[in-house]
Amino acid sequence: MINDMSPYLNSNKIFIWSKKNLFSSWINSIMTIIALIFIYKVGTFFLNWAIFEADFITNFRGEIITDRTFCSKNIEVGQHGACWSIIFVRFHQFMYGFYPVEEAWRVNVIYALLPLALIGILFDKLPFRKIFIYFTFAFPFIAYFMLYGGPGLSVVATNKWGGLLVTLFLGVTGIALAFPLSIFLALGRRSNMPIVKSICVVFIEFIRGVPLITLLFTANVMLPLFLPEGVKPDNLLRALVAVTLFQSAYMAEAIRGGLQAIPRGQIEAAQSLGLNYWQTTRKIILPQALKIAIPPIVNTCIGLFKDTSLVLIIGLFDLLGIGRAALSDITWTKLYYEVYVFVSLIFFIFCFGMSRYSLYLEKKLKTDN
Amino acid sequence: MEQVIQLEKVNKWFDDFHVLKDIDLKVERGQKIVICGPSGSGKSTMIRCINRLEAHQKGHIVVHGTELTNDLKNIDMIRKNVGMVFQQFNLFPHLSVIDNISLAPIWVKKLPKKEAENIAMTYLEKVKIPEQAQKFPGQLSGGQQQRVAIARSLAMNPDIMLFDEPTSALDPEMIKEVLDVMIQLAEEGMTMLVVTHEMGFAKTVADQMIFMDEGKIVEQATPDEFFNNPKSDRTKLFLSQILNH
Ligand SMILES: Nc1ncnc2c1ncn2[C@@H]1O[C@H](COP(=O)(O)OP(=O)(O)OP(=O)(O)O)[C@@H](O)[C@H]1O
Ligand SMILES: [Mg+2]
Repeated sequence: MINDMSPYLNSNKIFIWSKKNLFSSWINSIMTIIALIFIYKVGTFFLNWAIFEADFITNFRGEIITDRTFCSKNIEVGQHGACWSIIFVRFHQFMYGFYPVEEAWRVNVIYALLPLALIGILFDKLPFRKIFIYFTFAFPFIAYFMLYGGPGLSVVATNKWGGLLVTLFLGVTGIALAFPLSIFLALGRRSNMPIVKSICVVFIEFIRGVPLITLLFTANVMLPLFLPEGVKPDNLLRALVAVTLFQSAYMAEAIRGGLQAIPRGQIEAAQSLGLNYWQTTRKIILPQALKIAIPPIVNTCIGLFKDTSLVLIIGLFDLLGIGRAALSDITWTKLYYEVYVFVSLIFFIFCFGMSRYSLYLEKKLKTDN
Repeated sequence: MEQVIQLEKVNKWFDDFHVLKDIDLKVERGQKIVICGPSGSGKSTMIRCINRLEAHQKGHIVVHGTELTNDLKNIDMIRKNVGMVFQQFNLFPHLSVIDNISLAPIWVKKLPKKEAENIAMTYLEKVKIPEQAQKFPGQLSGGQQQRVAIARSLAMNPDIMLFDEPTSALDPEMIKEVLDVMIQLAEEGMTMLVVTHEMGFAKTVADQMIFMDEGKIVEQATPDEFFNNPKSDRTKLFLSQILNH
């Protein structure tokens, strides 16, 4: 034990490990060296570009950057670093879109409360989980009031929303609405009633057979036809409908996988005790099936979160849309790398978080059984 | 004696496979019937028809004067009065032992939680494992799980109990603890239909023995006659096989 802690033995361990895994043969050693050189080159290049040689607020002359002509790389030939000013100058748009500056605090409140609303459903062993779950159910109403407005708060129409706000709104609301819908679709697909079953099968297969872009276009064109004359549904709502339907079909298939894993005997035992279909489903089947299905469900959520960026083609400014808008501004044009790297980074943070959560769950499921 | 179960010319097919052929059976209140027969002879299917886990296609099944048809109300009513114990226990793995047992009293009988849990504890004491109440099924031995399953059925206060090979998934040293519970239940006057090959148990509790083969009831007799003087050659062959085993 004591020896284990000595630094000498530790470095020795690393040596043994790398000898076994990285330098076990000539070919392996050469591959390792090539890979290390490659990682070093790409890594230093990126770090130099993104940090060490980059402009943040000021350029290399110390002037505050107010448009692209002040970027170091546009002043002197030898300068290559990124010019992050575009992100700082347009930070408000990236986070809130065209939401009024003096009202942005309302969005910040919701950004801050969102983790609290999620934590109760993500972690089943959380202390005081019940209270968190109550908050989760109250959250949509709080969010609606804060973001859209109401008594005491000025109305901010959804066409003013944009950036991360739209991305998160579509992602989180789409997933939240799709979840109950997908449970009914998955149950319906296994139903004994031929009509229910065929409706669910046709719906799921149709949605899964069509790209999200098509659904977005369709929702944009078709939705007004179902509404009374003169009522103009807002664009964000149309996108939300499309995203929800899309997500529900994929989630339904993930849940169906969980349902299939429940042994027939569970249903028979419940039936023999006199539980009816809904009681059996709610108390016996779903708790077990959803637990199994959470990792694949999270995977579909990661997919959806990224796909929300497609809404820019129907004229919504999500995070990516705001980025593209920034690039088309003549004072900032051509700073593609900065904008796309920043947008990718934000998407990556959320998707990587979901991915880690899914891994955590898989591990937990294994130890639970 | 009051008849609680009647099967009349019951026939069942799985697609075009004829599993049950003209089954006739009458069970009186308090009777214990042990059913045996080779694998695939339709024993499970027959008792599963009695609580409608399987639907028959021809003939009549009447339980407590109510005929089993597609009418869901009748099915619900019969299931409340007929308990079933399965070979694989089929406990609910996500619920604790006490929740497994109190679930149906709460949701089907609409009893208050507290009362349902008291009932659950009573039956857990009856099957002699009250100390396991807070555990999950996965933490119990097979014999304990099967006793919980029996307690779960009894908690609905059924007047008929169906057992489908309740001990055949158990290690030998656990069989006795489950059979003891069943014997006690028999002594209390429960109406029981038991599919089993535990012939010692059959001799102790059965009023009637039934031997099934290829979807038919080949022989029905008192245990005395059945073991000492079987009429059919198939019964003789079967008995010689399992008794020498
Ligand atoms: N759901 C089903 N679909 C099709 N065939 C089935 C089904 N269930 C049972 N069978 C068949 O019906 C026959 C009778 O099955 P059953 O389970 O009633 O036999 P058993 O007498 O209980 O046998 P065992 O001693 O093996 O439990 C078997 O041949 C079986 O393969
Ligand atoms: Mg069987």
